[in-house]
Amino acid sequence: MHRTAYLLLADGRFPSGGHAHSSGLEAAVVAGRVTDLAGLEQFLHGRLSYAAPVTAAFTAATHLSATRMGRAPSFAESDVKVPFLSLDRELEARTVSPALRLASRRQGRALLRAGRLTWPSELYGHLPKHPDGPHQPLALGMTAAAAGLSTEEAAQLAVYGVLTGPASAAVRLLGLDPYQVQNLLARMAGACDEIAAAAAAVAHKSPQELPAHAAPLADISAELHATWEVRLFAS
Amino acid sequence: MRADHAYDHDESVPHTHPEPGVDPHPPLPRLDRAVRIGIGGPVGSGKTALVAALCRALAGELRLAVVTNDIYTTEDADFLKRAGVLDPSRIRAVETGCCPHTAIRDDISANLDAVEELEDTLGPLDLVLVESGGDNLTATFSKGLVDQQIFVVDVAGGDKVPRKGGPGVTTADLLVINKTDLAPLVGADLAVMDRDARARRGTLPTVFQSIAKDPHASQVADWVRHLVAHRRGDAEAHGHDHADELGRGPATAGMR
Amino acid sequence: MRALARIVAEADGRGGTRLARLRGEPPLQLRHTPDGSAAATVHLIGSAAGPLGGDDLRIEIEVGEGAVLCVRSVAASIALPGRDGSPSRTTVTATVAAGGELRWLPEQLVAAAGCRHLASSTVELAAGARLLWREELICGRHAEQPGDATVSTSVDYDGAALLRQSLTVGPGTPGWDGPAVLGGARATGSLLTVDAAAPPAPPAVLGATAVRMPLTGAATLVSATAPDAHVLRGYLSTGERSPYGG
Ligand SMILES: Nc1nc2c(ncn2[C@@H]2O[C@H](COP(=O)(O)OP(=O)(O)OP(=O)(O)O)[C@@H](O)[C@H]2O)c(=O)[nH]1
Ligand SMILES: [Mg+2]
Repeated sequence: MHRTAYLLLADGRFPSGGHAHSSGLEAAVVAGRVTDLAGLEQFLHGRLSYAAPVTAAFTAATHLSATRMGRAPSFAESDVKVPFLSLDRELEARTVSPALRLASRRQGRALLRAGRLTWPSELYGHLPKHPDGPHQPLALGMTAAAAGLSTEEAAQLAVYGVLTGPASAAVRLLGLDPYQVQNLLARMAGACDEIAAAAAAVAHKSPQELPAHAAPLADISAELHATWEVRLFAS
Repeated sequence: MRADHAYDHDESVPHTHPEPGVDPHPPLPRLDRAVRIGIGGPVGSGKTALVAALCRALAGELRLAVVTNDIYTTEDADFLKRAGVLDPSRIRAVETGCCPHTAIRDDISANLDAVEELEDTLGPLDLVLVESGGDNLTATFSKGLVDQQIFVVDVAGGDKVPRKGGPGVTTADLLVINKTDLAPLVGADLAVMDRDARARRGTLPTVFQSIAKDPHASQVADWVRHLVAHRRGDAEAHGHDHADELGRGPATAGMR
Repeated sequence: MRALARIVAEADGRGGTRLARLRGEPPLQLRHTPDGSAAATVHLIGSAAGPLGGDDLRIEIEVGEGAVLCVRSVAASIALPGRDGSPSRTTVTATVAAGGELRWLPEQLVAAAGCRHLASSTVELAAGARLLWREELICGRHAEQPGDATVSTSVDYDGAALLRQSLTVGPGTPGWDGPAVLGGARATGSLLTVDAAAPPAPPAVLGATAVRMPLTGAATLVSATAPDAHVLRGYLSTGERSPYGG
C-alpha cells in the first residue's frame, strides 16, 4: 500500500499537470542550447545541481512539518500554519522569475487538486492560500505526507520530478531516442539519490537556512519563454 | 467532497431533478457551475470557427467563456477578438506540452484550472467552451473536464472519415460534419457520410453544416441552448419536454 | 588573512550624509570620496590580487535613517587559491534604516583558476529603506577555467524574506556552465533595486540573455549572463538607469 502510493505519486501519469511543463527545456531547445542527447545530459546535470536541491529541500521540509502536525493535531490553528507560511515566503524569495513563480504555483495547484482527491486529508488545508495555488514543492510535501510517505521518499519524488519533466519534454521536442534518454536517467540515479538524501537531511532546519541555489539561465529563459507567442509548454 | 456541497451553494438556482426516477438522467453534479462543452476534432476542421459562431449566436443570451488548447498562445484569442465575438478577458489559453489529447483526457488539470479561473474572475457563467488542440480521430474529452462533447470533422478530409470511426466520431454527444459548402469541390458524398455516421453512432445526433454559409452555426447553437437550459433546470425546457432528447441532443430542424 | 571593515553612515541633518565611522584594515582599505551629492561615497581600495585562499574578510555596513551611502571599489577583486588549498571568504552584512539608502556597486568578482571562494551578503532593510545592490561574477581570468566560487545574497525587507540567491560556478558543480545554468557565458550578474515608493516595474526583456523581473515585494531584479564583463555591465546599467522605467 505504502510503496504503491510512492509509485503512484512518482508516475508521470499521475494527473498533476506536469506534462505541460518542460522546466526550461523548451526555451533551451529553441535557443539552440540543447540539440541532442549530450546537451540534454548537460541540461539535466544543471537542473540536478541547482534546481533539485532547493525543490527537494522545500518538499522535505513541508513533509516533515506536515507529518509532525499529523502526529500532534492539538496545535493551535495559528501555530499550525506558521511553518508553511515561512516555507512559502522563503521559496518565493528564491524564485526571482515571476514566470517561474507562476509555473510553480500552477503546478502546485494541479498537484493539490490531484492529491486531495487521491489521498484525502485535513492536512492540505494548512497550506497558505494564494490565488495561483501553493508552490509545487509545498504541495508535493503535503501530498506525500497525506499519502503516508517518508520525508526521504518525498525528497526523492521531488528530485525525480525535476529530471523526468525536462527529459520527457526532450523526447517530445527533439525526437530523442527514448531508450537513450532512459539510459541517461538511469546513469544519473546515484546522483539523484545523493541530492535527495541531502535534502531530507536539512528538512528540519529553519526555512531560511534551506538551499537557495540559483541558475541565471533558468530565470532568464523562463522570462523570455513567457513572452513567446507560440509555446508548446507552459514553462 | 464536491458532492457534499453541491446543493448548498446557491438556493436560488432551482434544482433540475426534484424527483429522481421521473427524470431519466443521472443527477447533475455541481449545479453552481457552468455547463462545459468540449469541442474536439482534427486540425483545421473548423473548431475555432464553430467556437466563434457559437459566441456570435449565444454571447447575447448566455454568460460564456472559452478555453483554448492551441499552440499559439494568443492566436485563438486574437482571432475571436478580431471577429468581435467575445471579449478577450473571457478567453484562456492552455499549453499542452505537445500532447493535446493528454490535456483534455489523461491529465485535465490545466484545463480545469483555466475553467475555474474564468469562473472565479468573471463570476457565474452559463457556458464554457473548451476547444481542444487539433488532434486525430481518437482524441476525446474526459468526463471530469466537460459535460458534453462535440466532435468536428470536415468534408474536405474525405467522406471516409465517419466510416473510420474512432472514439471521437463514435461517442461524441454531437458530431458536426463541417464545410458542407466544399463537398462538391472535394467530391465528398454527404449521403455516404450520413449513412456511415448513423452506423457508427446509433441514436447520437449528427449535424451537417457550413459555417461559411451559416455564421451562427444555428443547429449547434440550438443544441447548446437546450443543453444549458436543461442543466439550469429551466422550467421552459421542461415544459417543452426536451429532457428526453437532451442526453442525445435535441431533435432540431435540419438535424436527424 | 583576516580583516574587518566598518562603515556607519548617518544623516547629517542638512540633507546630506556623514560617515560616523569609517574603519578598514589591510587588505580592506576604505576611502571617503566626496562627490558633492547628498550621498556619502566610499571606495574599497584593496589590492587587486585577492581575496586569497585562507582570507576571511568582513565588511559591516550601517545606514541610518535618511542617510544615503554608496559603496564602490576601485578595481575588480580576483579570488585566488591559497597555498594550502583552504577557501577564502568575504562576508558583508548591512542594515539600512527607514528612509535610508544603500547603493552597493563594487567592481566585478573574478573567480580565478583554482580558487575556492565564498562571498556571502546579508542585508536587512527596515520598512521604507532603499537598496541598489549589484553583483557581477566573472568565471576565470582571460581564457582560463574558473575555480569554485559561490556568491550568496540574502535580503530581508521589514523582517520578511525578499531575496535568497546563491550562485555557484566552477568545476566542482556538475552542469555549472551548461545549458540550464550559464550556457557557456563567462560573466553573470544581477542588480537588485528595492524602493517601496516607486511603482513596481513589470517584467521586461533587456537583451538576449538579460531580463528585468519584479520580485514579490517592492523590488526589481535585473539578471543577465554575458560573454564578458563589459557586456554584462551594459545589461545591468540598463536596469540601473531606469530600474522602474520602460
Ligand atoms: N469553406 C469553409 N471553410 C471553413 C468552414 N469552417 C471553417 N472554415 C475554414 O477552415 C479553416 C480552419 O478553421 P478553424 O476553425 O481554424 O479550424 P480548427 O479546427 O480550429 O483548427 P485547429 O485549431 O488548427 O485544429 C479556416 O480557414 C476557416 O475559415 C466552412 O464551413 N466552410
Ligand atoms: Mg482552432
